Amino acid sequence: MDWINAILQGILLGGLYALFAAGLSLIFGVMRLVNIAHGDFIVLAAFLGLTITTTLGLSPLLALILVVPVMAGIGYGLQRLVLNQTLGDDILPPLLVTFGLSVIIQNGLLEIYSADPQKISAGALETASVALPGDLNIGVLPLLMFGVAVAVIAGLQWIFYRSALGRAFRAVSDKQDIAQLMGLNKAHIFGLAMALSLAVVGLAGVFLGIRTSFDPSIGPGRLIFGFEAVIIGGLGNLWGTLIGGIILGVSQNIGAQINPGWQLLAGHIAFLIVLAVRPRGLFPRID
Amino acid sequence: MTTSAHAYSISRSSTASRVAAVAGVLVLIVLVSAPLWAGRADMRLLSEIFLYLSLACLWNLLAGYAGLVSVGQQAFVGFGGYMLFALAIFAGLSPLAAIPLAGLLGAVIAVPVALLIFRLRGAYFAIGTWVIAEVFRLSFAQVSALGGGSGTSLPVAIVRDMASSRSMREATTYWLALAMAVIVLAVIYLLLRSRNGLALTAIRDSELASESFGIDIWRNKFVVYVLTAGLTAMTGALIFLQKLRISPDAAFSVNDWTAFVIFIVVIGGIGTLEGPIIGVIVFFLLRETLSDLGTVYLLILGVVAIAVMLKAPKGLWGTLKERTGLELFPLARRVVKKKS
Amino acid sequence: MPDALLSTKALEAHYGDFQALFGISIDVQPAEVVAIIGANGAGKTTLMRSITGLIRNKPEMVVWKGRAIGALRADQVAHLGIAMVPEGRQLFQSLSVEENLMIGGQMGRKGPWTLKTVQDLFPLLQERRHVPATALSGGQQQMVAIGRALMSNPDILLFDEISLGLAPIVIKSIYEALPAIIGEGMSAIIVEQDIAKAVSVSHRVYCLQEGRVSLQGRPDELTREAISAAYFGV
Repeated sequence: MDWINAILQGILLGGLYALFAAGLSLIFGVMRLVNIAHGDFIVLAAFLGLTITTTLGLSPLLALILVVPVMAGIGYGLQRLVLNQTLGDDILPPLLVTFGLSVIIQNGLLEIYSADPQKISAGALETASVALPGDLNIGVLPLLMFGVAVAVIAGLQWIFYRSALGRAFRAVSDKQDIAQLMGLNKAHIFGLAMALSLAVVGLAGVFLGIRTSFDPSIGPGRLIFGFEAVIIGGLGNLWGTLIGGIILGVSQNIGAQINPGWQLLAGHIAFLIVLAVRPRGLFPRID
Repeated sequence: MTTSAHAYSISRSSTASRVAAVAGVLVLIVLVSAPLWAGRADMRLLSEIFLYLSLACLWNLLAGYAGLVSVGQQAFVGFGGYMLFALAIFAGLSPLAAIPLAGLLGAVIAVPVALLIFRLRGAYFAIGTWVIAEVFRLSFAQVSALGGGSGTSLPVAIVRDMASSRSMREATTYWLALAMAVIVLAVIYLLLRSRNGLALTAIRDSELASESFGIDIWRNKFVVYVLTAGLTAMTGALIFLQKLRISPDAAFSVNDWTAFVIFIVVIGGIGTLEGPIIGVIVFFLLRETLSDLGTVYLLILGVVAIAVMLKAPKGLWGTLKERTGLELFPLARRVVKKKS
Repeated sequence: MPDALLSTKALEAHYGDFQALFGISIDVQPAEVVAIIGANGAGKTTLMRSITGLIRNKPEMVVWKGRAIGALRADQVAHLGIAMVPEGRQLFQSLSVEENLMIGGQMGRKGPWTLKTVQDLFPLLQERRHVPATALSGGQQQMVAIGRALMSNPDILLFDEISLGLAPIVIKSIYEALPAIIGEGMSAIIVEQDIAKAVSVSHRVYCLQEGRVSLQGRPDELTREAISAAYFGV
């Protein structure tokens, strides 16, 4: 029964990882940019959520109404002011600039909030659970987060493939020059893509903060989970990313069930196995 | 046509590079004699500078010449450090013998690692290297014989065996660090002057064109990756020989062994041999003057690196070179008119 | 003479150290079709890229309805009503046929062209609207590219190398459709290597050679000899 429980919890955890991954996948799809500071933005959002809940006394879910647009604004500004300057044929500038951002965010948070672990309190919601047959209990909160993750992926999928914004994303991603000729300002489109990415990050960060304790140093680890979910699921496939997140979450929980020290290792090994056997991921988008 | 062919020749050296060579030898002599004139703290600082120089040159070779942008070189620094401790503690090897062996083992482990992560491209390759470093960190944290998550110290007996006196021991580790930097510089210089180096430059300039000239891109990158891993592991062994203590978090720290190293190379000038040397000097000047500021110092470092990347992406040396054509390491071939 | 709709004034363009255009001055009147002919490397495509803003110039080098637009970005130029059918079609491969058309319409410029009128003009684009655009044949792709440009209801349509890489029969049908495409009131610039084709549909011709205008005039003023001299520089 412990095992089934571990797998079940792993699936739910996978939803959170899919949220980490979705924003990463989105900006890579639109502008071939990999944001090394992605994980640090997740942690930044968690701290933002913490400050809002403690100072305004809002519930974390209400805090999202502030955190998500603030993060989106940061994303748009960052893209327009800094990251757009780094885009080109050379992969080094975006990589190194976002790497520098990662260092800045980590140390900035350290300066403001110290290295002490923090947690966002969600009150009674944290302990609520639903009983399943066979002595299994599922927390309402993990279930809610999983549901939101699925909804977010579905929403992103809709934006990307059904909306005018998504058409613009894909057009700019295909041919930047020609997209400009069609009246699309790529600097603005890229800004919107980063805004959307960090909006999802805002959601993911607050969820992370409710679920586990966090401190300024844990960003890179979240980046790696998101990245692994993207690669396991297959580049460019949002639903694949959800499955990648679930595989990662389940592997980690199975590892932890065997030996608590193996939790993270088991996730990384699952990723390396997929990389060895299916280097393009399990569900690569057919191009 | 024949007369003009006689009137020109291909040369690599220039006045600047000959002056630099003489100055380099002089500096080296001064540095080798440091145990005679420098204090204990100065020697420690110099050793640290040499080891950072070595790491920076190696990362520069990887990212600036082979186009393999890794943010996971701490994997090999930590691996080398742990191999030194393991070989000394379990096999009773003297540290002097364990260091090259640690380097060799680093190169060996890099082979399967490369086979795996070379499947990832560009920025995803970078994060892949980070995953590998995490796997190494978590794995060594599981080895209880090496202290598990809290780490272990190098037994006093092993340290004592290295040299008769404390000052002699300190001089030895100092010379080892200096030798490491010189070896790394020499290896990279010779590699870049060889056929392989020419191929690397061609790949950096255009992968497509170099492939059509029959250059095996994968093989060239693979060789550089494995070589760099070996030398990085050796440097790692030396770093932890100085520290005498190792733990997974210290050994596989992304800040210490990759972030700082990247800043050094970016500020100095990526893709040039001189860049890391300039960068390491600037980095240590900044650190020695600003490190009291703690996290603010790291913030400043991050801002400086981003500013350099945006405003002068070739770094200090690259920008200087562009304006003056100066080159201290004679790598470029230039056409020189012969004196008749 | 009435004010030109579009003109370039002593336009120069560079690629790094290489100068591609040397003081090009052309103009297009409202409802006029202008052909630009010239050999490979004469600077035709560079001229198109300069007008559309893909190459940025000094503001006064390109003038649109009396306004200096040479320094605007390509997307700003597009919003003014200057649309291009680029060389080699250049459709968006991740977008379906219909989505490619809709991208052109996203600018929101009002006019006669809508998804429906474009699909009426090329019924095939209606039939195959959900197919990935690059799955079509070259000629069909050219229809999508033209439709995509029309969707922005431009005041001027630029055709860059309109017949390059297409089968003769396809070229013929595209030229037959041109009057309906350009319609009443719209201006056009047609860039062509095929002199006879270009001359047959245009009111005026400019011939480029090595980055300079080597000849210009109405088709009936120009002799075959003069054109070949201007074209080949012999």
